[in-house]
Amino acid sequence: MNKTKTLDIVKKYTMILVLIIVTLFFTWQTDGTLLLPMNISSLISQNAYVFILATGMLLCILTGGNIDLSVGSVVCFTGAIGAVLMMNFGVNMYVAILVMVLVGTLIGAFQGFWIAYVRIPPFIVTLAGMLAFRGLSNVVLDGMTISIKDQEAFVNLFGGGANCYIKDVFGGSNINITCIVIGVVATAIYVILQFKNRMDKAKKGYEVEGFAGMLIKTILISAVILAFTYQLARHKGIPTVLIWVMVVVLIYGYITSNTTVGRYFYAVGGNEKATKLSGINTNKVYFLAYLNMGFLAALAGMVTIARMTSAQPTYGQNYEMDAIGSCFIGGASAYGGTGTVPGVIVGAVLMGVINLGMSLMGVDQNMQKVVKGLVLLAAVIFDVVSKRGGKIISKN
Amino acid sequence: MAKILLEMKNITKTFPGVKALDNVNLKVEEGEIHALVGENGAGKSTLMNVLSGIYPYGSYEGDIIYDGEICKFNKIKDSEAKGIVIIHQELALVPYMTIGENMFLGNERGSKFKINWNETEELATKYLKTVGLKESQQTLIKDIGVGKQQLVEIAKALAKHAKLLILDEPTASLNEDDSKALLELLLKFKKEGMTSIIISHKLNEISYVADKITVIRDGSTIETLDKKVDDFSEARIIKGMVGRELSDRFPKRESKVGETMMEVKNWTVYHPLYSERKVVDNVNINVKKGEVLGIAGLMGAGRTELAMSLFGKSYGENISGQLFLDGEEVHLNSVQDAINHKLAYVTEDRKGNGLILSNPIRVNTTLANLGAVSNHTIIDKDKEYAVAVEYKEKLNTKCPSVEQNVGNLSGGNQQKVLLAKWMFADPNILILDEPTRGIDVGAKYEIYCIINQLVSEGKSVVMISSEMPEILGMCDRVYIMNEGRIVGELSGKEASQEIIMSHIIKSGSKGE
Repeated sequence: MNKTKTLDIVKKYTMILVLIIVTLFFTWQTDGTLLLPMNISSLISQNAYVFILATGMLLCILTGGNIDLSVGSVVCFTGAIGAVLMMNFGVNMYVAILVMVLVGTLIGAFQGFWIAYVRIPPFIVTLAGMLAFRGLSNVVLDGMTISIKDQEAFVNLFGGGANCYIKDVFGGSNINITCIVIGVVATAIYVILQFKNRMDKAKKGYEVEGFAGMLIKTILISAVILAFTYQLARHKGIPTVLIWVMVVVLIYGYITSNTTVGRYFYAVGGNEKATKLSGINTNKVYFLAYLNMGFLAALAGMVTIARMTSAQPTYGQNYEMDAIGSCFIGGASAYGGTGTVPGVIVGAVLMGVINLGMSLMGVDQNMQKVVKGLVLLAAVIFDVVSKRGGKIISKN
Repeated sequence: MAKILLEMKNITKTFPGVKALDNVNLKVEEGEIHALVGENGAGKSTLMNVLSGIYPYGSYEGDIIYDGEICKFNKIKDSEAKGIVIIHQELALVPYMTIGENMFLGNERGSKFKINWNETEELATKYLKTVGLKESQQTLIKDIGVGKQQLVEIAKALAKHAKLLILDEPTASLNEDDSKALLELLLKFKKEGMTSIIISHKLNEISYVADKITVIRDGSTIETLDKKVDDFSEARIIKGMVGRELSDRFPKRESKVGETMMEVKNWTVYHPLYSERKVVDNVNINVKKGEVLGIAGLMGAGRTELAMSLFGKSYGENISGQLFLDGEEVHLNSVQDAINHKLAYVTEDRKGNGLILSNPIRVNTTLANLGAVSNHTIIDKDKEYAVAVEYKEKLNTKCPSVEQNVGNLSGGNQQKVLLAKWMFADPNILILDEPTRGIDVGAKYEIYCIINQLVSEGKSVVMISSEMPEILGMCDRVYIMNEGRIVGELSGKEASQEIIMSHIIKSGSKGE
């Protein structure tokens, strides 16, 4: 009994364990360089688009393992439109942001319509989108790079260059005190919520998890938050892009776990027919998944051009693969119906750590791709085999 | 006495929780047509699956002796190599391939690296001729009718050098003429020395072609009738099929039947793919408050289709007719409409259409009525948990916790979760489609108790079931449905298995 319980825990937190092991491995291999404040900060800024896109991709994958191949091109296209509006037409940045969001969402609606209501396979629709929007990005940019100059506010808002950190209102010298304060406040909120939740449950007489387990979990997570913000504080503070990532993760984490719409995504992926016969409009669920993907691709587009301070027709290439990979590594099922936002974030961080670690070690770019590919394959094999109860070979 | 080609000795096959076959014995002589009859779920198809190797050697007890030797089939190919070929009720043809390609699918002529198309064509044409089909072997399967497809299946079997042909409900989807042609073909093969086993519900056809009839009931062989010795009348066969006693397998209830709750007038539904095919044909029924109404019939009678088309048009095309709830005509255009009008349909296919197996009991319980546990689309998980626990206790679902995934539960407990889901949707009328299919006797009894509880609360239950004892034991009133039409209505008291069966068979043999 106890043994199966340990096994269950290992199974539940496999990817977190893997993340810890991989982090320790690279820390050891790079003599601690990996965990330097600067590297942690750049891990966030470099991978911000992955976190955002992977969150949207999760919703598509939940509906039944459906993926969106077009996100990379949509990121590039919306970014291109934003850059052209701001630089060539001198449009106000907020108007440009609004237009980018609208364009992204419209693209999502366009693809979602064919997928949800006409039932064209998502693979085909988004493959077409991937080609078409890559081409359109070229058209919009006229094949050129547009650099984003004199748009400090935009760049700072979405976190790109040197000043894209939250200002230290307390004016600390070597350490960003605002960042520390935010870290402490976040930890406090987390701990209070955990205990309040538990007390509420206990008061109403519902089952609660073991106190020791909860305490360990809370302490560990609090420690991670504090250590993380401390390291950031030693660099330059919280990158503004982290705020966007946190907003997306928290909102979508909440939607998927606590709202009826969120529940529908899981239900459709788990058993579409049963969901339909329960009075749920399954077409709409598919539509929403892709609509939302377009919306988040636009956000990722802003983050991308802000970081690069330019728009190029080649931006966003393979972004879809990073997002899809993070979802599957983070425990989303290739058949749909299972997967969580926190899981996906762990998957994305794992990918990011592997990337960064290997770069710091000076591993060849091409070998990095090999390693990432193998990690993805291993994660999905693990998912499929563990669902089959440990049998490796499928019977017919 | 002719040589015994096949003997199945003391075959016992158990599935988790159910004994599907219990010491079944079957002897088939060379060159005869042997019919297998029995109610749905009696075990006919299971027996044939054992014979053809779908259930491999070792997964059952007993022996298969074919042509004098004990056979240990591990897969279908093994039995086919011996000349035992089964033709399933659902045709296994690929629509966008030609007749010839289908005929040799998995049995391709030529070598692994090069298919010999000339030989394929020549043989296909030859076998098509044997079964009397005039189509070219180049015709695509999708372009020929079901009757002809059935003949292609037979030609396919012949191409595998079949010595023993097993046909599972070969005429179920055929019209009168096609059925007749098929039976004549079987008689022709018999003259040429072929042995066949035919499974069918159409007793008139069986009496016509069969030399022997083996009756299977509840997983056991009851008797084997011989054309030369025994009476082959339908009444005699029916007696064998249903002759069992009803004991206290059903909890008592006092029926308090009230006024009409639901009325269906001239309800007609067409098949969603074959738009000229009527699946439900001008049905008129009514359901009263506090009543358990049975709809009896064989599989494929159109009962599920009727129920689903009533349930927010979730099945069928070109649905016409009127639906009255509480005396008022309503138009239910979506499942959501139906649920809002307090109608619920509990599917016969709990794994495919009913439950999300990868989700916990809690999530499944509330899926059809999430609004009741949420506040402006935010789910109150504590409330949801409480609801799930309440229904778990009410229905006595056996599970470690309501966070258990439904896929890990037994069939009976899954059925209870499915019932809980629809009871939580708070309907006035529940349509239960095969509510006890594939679950053990104890769980069945509990489901019956739940049904009694529901009607005592003033709800109405429509029970679709292919298990006659259940219909007779539970229902206040019974409609009998066959081939899309209501062919009889009986009160619970006057209904008996023989009467229901003969209603079905009479309506079936009238034909069109």
